[in-house]
Amino acid sequence: MTTIETPINTTPSRPSMEATAVDRKRAKRRHSIRRGSIYILACIIALWILLPIWLIGTMAFSTPEDVRNYPKHFAPVPASTETMDFFLNTDGIQRAARNSIVVAIITLILSTLLAIPAGYAIARYLFPGRDAIRLGILSVRAFPIVVLAVPLAITFIKWDMYDKVYSLALMHTALTLPTTILVVASVFAGVPYELEEAARIFGCTPAKAFWKVVLPLATPGIAASAILTFVLSWNEVFAAILLTLTNRTLPAQILYTLDKSGDPFKFAGGFFMLIPSLIFIFFIRRYLFNMYGQLNK
Amino acid sequence: MAEIVVEKAIKRFGKFVAVDEVDLMVNDREFVVLLGPSGCGKTTLLRAIAGLGMLDEGRVMIGNRDVTYLPPKDRNISMVFQNYAIFPHMKVYDNIAFGLKMRKSPKEVVEERVQNAAKLLHIENMLDRYPGAMSGGQRQRVAVARAIAVESEVLLMDEPLSNLDALLRLEMRAELKSLLGRLKATTIYVTHDQIEALSMGDRIAVMKQGQILQFDNPTRVYDLPANQFVGSFIGNPPMNFLRGQVQRENGTVKVKIGDFHLSPSEEMVEPLQGYDGKFIFVGIRAENMETLASPAPDALAVMVEVVEPLGSQNLLTIRISEDILKVSTHPDFKVHAHETVYIRFPPAKIRWMDRDTGQAIAPSLDKVLA
Repeated sequence: MTTIETPINTTPSRPSMEATAVDRKRAKRRHSIRRGSIYILACIIALWILLPIWLIGTMAFSTPEDVRNYPKHFAPVPASTETMDFFLNTDGIQRAARNSIVVAIITLILSTLLAIPAGYAIARYLFPGRDAIRLGILSVRAFPIVVLAVPLAITFIKWDMYDKVYSLALMHTALTLPTTILVVASVFAGVPYELEEAARIFGCTPAKAFWKVVLPLATPGIAASAILTFVLSWNEVFAAILLTLTNRTLPAQILYTLDKSGDPFKFAGGFFMLIPSLIFIFFIRRYLFNMYGQLNK
Repeated sequence: MAEIVVEKAIKRFGKFVAVDEVDLMVNDREFVVLLGPSGCGKTTLLRAIAGLGMLDEGRVMIGNRDVTYLPPKDRNISMVFQNYAIFPHMKVYDNIAFGLKMRKSPKEVVEERVQNAAKLLHIENMLDRYPGAMSGGQRQRVAVARAIAVESEVLLMDEPLSNLDALLRLEMRAELKSLLGRLKATTIYVTHDQIEALSMGDRIAVMKQGQILQFDNPTRVYDLPANQFVGSFIGNPPMNFLRGQVQRENGTVKVKIGDFHLSPSEEMVEPLQGYDGKFIFVGIRAENMETLASPAPDALAVMVEVVEPLGSQNLLTIRISEDILKVSTHPDFKVHAHETVYIRFPPAKIRWMDRDTGQAIAPSLDKVLA
């Protein structure tokens, strides 16, 4: 005889079924309470960030009279581009905006081109001094730029680089590079090494494997990091004020004229400065949601 | 011709020796399985053959060519990775064609070989898809198709089935075996699954702690383990090892297990004489013992602790002093727990092991099999 003697009971008895039904109801309720509170919390956080943005946007597209008056409107009614027009046509703003874009684009290109090999090396290779280099990269951020202000300005004047758009771009590259390298390194770290090895097995040199397999897979992440670099440069004020006089970038220009201007100018300027960040968030959001689903498979 | 020869291979990771002076010789078109627990160095050895990890010492030869310092692309090999490693940004077609395109094969050849490989793995209707939209089993097929499309002389496989669920693995195992049988590649296959190794390999190299313990065909690895580790690693349940004491009595040799005396087969008398008075291990597989319901003079009386009906057999768990013995019986052999049964040990099926070294005691393994 085997150990199985009792006939297999396929129908569970009644009381236990009722018990599970009650349990299930309770578990479900607990589950929905937990979900609900997470949603409420998320909504509060979202409102905390979105409300000021909404108000700035509302003001930027109201008439200058509405902007000056109290109580403020909650929606741009009547809508008007008058405030924005006023801001954009203020003396020096368009020129500053152009400078800002040029500086940000040069920064983006230089920073990304330097960060790709650096980030790849940090992500993939265990070379001597790797941790020291990683720390060194971060330490650039540790120095308050105020400490460097005077020597920087003197050096730039000596080298005849003062008040030039490209020299500010070089400064911004130095400032953004640490962040860009670390972000790009983490993007490369997310590309499985096995894929690179597979490429090498099937006929690639390491360089070709990088070009054919790693770079295409890292491109969305690198693009996101490039936009981040753009935004960092776009928003940077201190170095811009320090190193330029006539070739001001937008934040420097706005800051310079802030105390002399009225509310409409401030709201419109604030909104204009926000635009690249909003675009950045829009792109990086798609990328962040995508990244793990795509690469870890 | 592509036999693979590894000579005195050593690979260290810091102080840890992953591959410890391994010699391996794989014949042309042979299917060799590297089998061992995780961390035994089997994958490291395979990667050294692939060129993905350089050896610290030793040589690798493929088809009479020293490839020790060649990059993977110049070794004329292909490989299937554990996590498939198919390129997510390429369609299935481009994945399979990748190796051929890198070799700059003419377009017609690429087209033909991709179609052939896809047909062999039954994925010819998925060539336009991206891997992201495929299941694990389908991706595995793409990885194998990519590896066979280049028609290299050496095919390396690193636990290719370990990421599949049990049922799919069973199905793929048979399919892979028949597929690889038709190909003319020398294959090295790494796995930790002893059933895969037994069922697929021409020869199995059992590895532990960076060394090959036994390199033999599946039957011999199963029946004549070179040492205690091989016996307990291969087989489900693993080989039983009981403690026995060798006793010489006027010309004969007996091995005492408790009060019971085992008589070794004739050719074992001589090698066991040297162990007089010492303890040794008596190794025997669960299916090699005869279980009797009634006493017999040459059978050991034991009490059954657990009976596990497994359908095709009943597995009995028996305790003999401190040792646990697993005995498989015919499903019709009826027995309850806590009943007494009588076990007979056929001398030809017993493998004697040195208790200190764990090595098999034998005059010559061939003599036993003969």
